[in-house]
Amino acid sequence: MTVFFSQLINGLSLGSIYALIALGYSMVYGIILLLNFAHGDVIMVGAYMSWFVMNQLGLGPVTAVCATIITCTLLGVVIEKIAYTPLRSAPRISLLITAIGVSFFLEYTAELILGSGAKVIPAYYTNQTFHLGKVPLGLTSIITLVVTVLSMLVLTFLVQKTKLGKAMRAVSEDMDAARLMGINVNSTISFTFAVGSALAGIGSVLYCCSYPQATPTMGSMLGLKAFVAAVLGGIGSIPGAMIGGIAIGLCECFVSAIGLSAWKDAVTFAILIIVLLVKPTGFLGRKVQEKV
Amino acid sequence: MKKMITRRQFMAAAGVVAAASALTACGGSSASTAASSAAGSTAGSAAASGSTIKVGVLGPMTGDVSVYGLAVINGASLYMKQVNADGGVNGKQLEIITMDEQGDATQAVTCFTKMCDQGITALVGDVTTTPTLAVAAESADYNMPMVTASATAEAVTYDAETDTVNANVFRATFTDPFQGIKMADYAYKKLGYTKAAVIFLKGADYNEGLAENFVTEFESLGGTVVDQESYSEGDVDFKTQLTTILGKGPEVVFCPNYYQDVGQILAQAESVGLNVPFLGGDGWDGLEGYATADQLKDAYFCANYAKGSNPDFENAYKAEYGEEYPNGFAPLGYDAAMTVVYGIKAAEEQGLEAGSDEYKQAVIDAIAGGTIEGITGTFTFDEHHNPVKQTAILCFDGATPVLKEMF
Repeated sequence: MTVFFSQLINGLSLGSIYALIALGYSMVYGIILLLNFAHGDVIMVGAYMSWFVMNQLGLGPVTAVCATIITCTLLGVVIEKIAYTPLRSAPRISLLITAIGVSFFLEYTAELILGSGAKVIPAYYTNQTFHLGKVPLGLTSIITLVVTVLSMLVLTFLVQKTKLGKAMRAVSEDMDAARLMGINVNSTISFTFAVGSALAGIGSVLYCCSYPQATPTMGSMLGLKAFVAAVLGGIGSIPGAMIGGIAIGLCECFVSAIGLSAWKDAVTFAILIIVLLVKPTGFLGRKVQEKV
Repeated sequence: MKKMITRRQFMAAAGVVAAASALTACGGSSASTAASSAAGSTAGSAAASGSTIKVGVLGPMTGDVSVYGLAVINGASLYMKQVNADGGVNGKQLEIITMDEQGDATQAVTCFTKMCDQGITALVGDVTTTPTLAVAAESADYNMPMVTASATAEAVTYDAETDTVNANVFRATFTDPFQGIKMADYAYKKLGYTKAAVIFLKGADYNEGLAENFVTEFESLGGTVVDQESYSEGDVDFKTQLTTILGKGPEVVFCPNYYQDVGQILAQAESVGLNVPFLGGDGWDGLEGYATADQLKDAYFCANYAKGSNPDFENAYKAEYGEEYPNGFAPLGYDAAMTVVYGIKAAEEQGLEAGSDEYKQAVIDAIAGGTIEGITGTFTFDEHHNPVKQTAILCFDGATPVLKEMF
């Protein structure tokens, strides 16, 4: 039973990271109907930033966390401005291919500059293990869960209660109508990218707490899993991304826990297929109004 | 140099084929410091020159796996140069014929046949498993004595299906099963552990080979393997498997994987509270910097060669090539060359003619029954032509691997 709860915690913390990344996918898709495949690679750049600040510059973890989140945020906005804005009126397939191109560009640039070997990211803090009854509870898991839930609450508040959030919702519903209403569509889209990428930055830090290595291709599978999470939860929906991420994390952990680790990815993707067959919009993807 | 050409011209008169092949060293380089004084006495002999003994060195010098190939080739060449500097074998110099097979099996066979045309009498090579298998198959036709420094696959020297040993092929490195068995012995007999768990990468020969043999040996010794966990290529999350292992309560975990994965596993083991020592194989070579001293407490791994265990070799390598020996393949190359030269010495003592069939057979017989005092340990060969030797067991001083003992 102890092992069961430990695995539950492992699954929740892995799922939380997927959820944070899935949010970025979901928000961007919600607003310009683009599957931003470069999203996973933003996380990779963030991980290298943490490594660079702590290992190369020798600065503290707080600086590293700030630098990582700021880098990811700026990178997201820059990618949007350079690669996606000029294609705003182009067919959607062009945008999709551009996104894949940006993804490869980031991966191979990182490989060119930093090599294909893994870089070890120094620990941000000293890990401690608490005990909840008999269940060991790592500080990393606690931080991951708390930060994810907080991010989710802040994001929900931002989208539902602020003026910018209202603008985002309006743009996602009907871009032209929003423009007619006097909403600055370009800055709203940029803001969406910034928020999504900032979440990727947070995800990057949490990821590096649990898996302290950075490689040029670390973002691709991670991004793919998060994408699955977003689709599973209903792409475009904030709570959907959260549910989808947690579901995938738990699923992976329990499939591994019963000794089928080799089948982990197969089971995850099989679940995606089944859910999409039964409910093509994902768990929470039904209501159009909920879109961000 | 002038004298050499004169000699070759003389040979051309005696045996046209031999001379032609000696002059056209295509695709490779021919390094020789042949003592010209010996030329006169045996210049009339046909296929191979009487004054030098030609030894082929084959490996990838360019391409993806060149980092291993160059290490082996440099290590092997270093030994033969040292032998030449000490007066050679039986007064004859070794002529090293090096060729680049670019990591390709077809290319390797082509290079090998070229070398045979040039009259080599023994081969150090190949380096990686696939080309080595191809060359081993080809070399049987020539009954060419062949010592690979680093190919670990069992099939290189022994075909399990037909139960036949490749009579002319030997290797200097230990095999994958051997490492698993050694670490099981070490864990049970030396460290006194009785409950072990295993975590390994599924679908990779190296990792599975070590893990399976560890489990079999550990259980046959009387120990219990409480859990066997695996993961897939590209996985970064090992917490689930490690939590399962934690629940089974082993005293030690055998982790026969490559160092990047090992770094992740050790860090995550710490975070799920699995604080038992870990053991590994030579894939741990390079782990420095990927794990902390805390995570490596009481950890051990085995390797062919421990850095710092033979300063003479390491200094000689640096003096010859201007850089530190790059990895464990260089000392293995050195020992592979030593094995070949050991055989050649025996054949020379019998007064046979270099390059002849009897000569090759004498080299093979000598190696099969010989004892080689290499820098990776003193070894003999078993009935499958694998070296029987001690392995270096390394532990960690802080996070730096150091030689613990030979086992």
